[in-house]
Amino acid sequence: MLSILKKEINSFLNSLIAYMAIIVFLIAIGLFMWVFPATSILEYGFADMETLFSMAPYIFMFLIPAITMRSFAEEKKTGTIEFLLTKPLTDTQIIIGKYLATVFLVLISILPTLIYYFSVYLLGNPVGNIDTAGVIGSYIGLFLLGSVFCSIGVFSSSITDNQILSFIIATFLCFLIYEGFSYISTINVWSNFSYYIEQLGISYHYASISKGLIDSKTLLYFFSVIFIMLSATKLVLGSRKW
Amino acid sequence: MSIVIKNLVKQYGSQKAVNNISFEAKKGEILGFLGPNGAGKSTTMKITTGYLPPTEGTVEVCGMDVTEKPVETKKNIGYLPEHNPLYLDMFVHEYLQFVGALYGLKGNYLKDRVKEMVEICGLGLEQKKKIGALSKGYRQRVGLAQALIHNPPVLILDEPTSGLDPNQILEIRKLIKSVSQDKTIVFSTHIMQEVQALCDRVIIINSGNIVANSTIAELKSNRETFAVIHAEFSGTIDIDQLRNLEGVNEVIEAGIGKYKIRANTESEVRPKIFKLASELNWPLIGLNQEEHSLENIFQSLTKKDRN
Repeated sequence: MLSILKKEINSFLNSLIAYMAIIVFLIAIGLFMWVFPATSILEYGFADMETLFSMAPYIFMFLIPAITMRSFAEEKKTGTIEFLLTKPLTDTQIIIGKYLATVFLVLISILPTLIYYFSVYLLGNPVGNIDTAGVIGSYIGLFLLGSVFCSIGVFSSSITDNQILSFIIATFLCFLIYEGFSYISTINVWSNFSYYIEQLGISYHYASISKGLIDSKTLLYFFSVIFIMLSATKLVLGSRKW
Repeated sequence: MSIVIKNLVKQYGSQKAVNNISFEAKKGEILGFLGPNGAGKSTTMKITTGYLPPTEGTVEVCGMDVTEKPVETKKNIGYLPEHNPLYLDMFVHEYLQFVGALYGLKGNYLKDRVKEMVEICGLGLEQKKKIGALSKGYRQRVGLAQALIHNPPVLILDEPTSGLDPNQILEIRKLIKSVSQDKTIVFSTHIMQEVQALCDRVIIINSGNIVANSTIAELKSNRETFAVIHAEFSGTIDIDQLRNLEGVNEVIEAGIGKYKIRANTESEVRPKIFKLASELNWPLIGLNQEEHSLENIFQSLTKKDRN
């Protein structure tokens, strides 16, 4: 598993995609936070990082599928999947290795935004007037959200050998799970079930973790989605044996 | 026995790609796997390497069942898939180290093995390049190097020489031959000379069935029930006198002064033809017996049940 992880990270670092994804993410977030008047913290007047945490999921929605789309689709297209699957590895090791590599990339792209926290911390009046617990919770939430998107991306990549198709499917599924469920729950046909439908979506849990409330229920939700997505990937990969 | 395949069946939908085949391969043996396109060669190899599961039957590699202990058996197999898939954006050394690490090789031993493979496979000049920048022959060598890196007891090569130029083919063959001691090598091909040059034993497979499983010599002798002799004379001769020779079954006129003679294999008729010609003063200018080439045998074995 470690050798797969290492190889995947190396191939990310050797390709332009990873750098582009990180750079685009940081530029977009930077613009929203400090430049665009509508969302800029400087205009807002409050020392809080809400902009980062509300915009990042939408940027991730496009960038993470762009990173994950190659993971299995490319291997299938070039036939290297046969190479991998005839090596002494279990399917699970291959999936986890590839998945962790993308999560690592998400982590790398989030880390530089810590500078924003210190900027806001120092700019506050009085200095340090920021809800640190809330920011920590939000960071954990954002990382978990990124991890969920990665698992969705890896799954989408496993069901097709076309990278574009994998990208579109992943983006759609990310949108569906992030906001789709809460929109669906507002349709006036569910009566009492709408509460549960809303809880299927990430936005519900993301909102609660952003307040600094790291609830076991929320953590369980994120880890379950990741587990389900990776299991589905394993199922798809194992389907060659049917 | 390094490889034991018993009653292997592989079904794709309603089509049987492999239909109840059984064979064994010993240590130190080079086994040629022949058959027309779509005969089931690659499918059998994919099942042996654990990429596909068998529909029925069992495959044992080094005493372990492929479906029961997939990870352990894969450690004993070096596999070069049909189109030799490689990570084109990796460097040669990086790639071989990655493969070695997948097989659990570590540290200095891994580095030594990579160096050794680069040397054995003749990659010296190209070792600093990206795989994507290599020519087809060198990519094939990289493919062989990755199959050999963990020194596996069983080597499975799916059409290792397809698409290479004649020099490269010779080099790859030499390479296969040089690593063949103390290993079991199964390789598929549809080039007959290759089988003759390399293999101890040949298995011919057609539409999922084994139609021949023997040494090349046996294969040839079994088929030779009659010999075909081409005789050429510069003048006219009496064809009936040729027909009356002992052992001659049939004489066909194949051109001016040219005759095609079918004869029993037991009685050697060439000296008799020569004697007859000298007695009757026929100017004999050519006399040769047709070799039963493996191509003919292959064709006759794989054509008949094509309906």
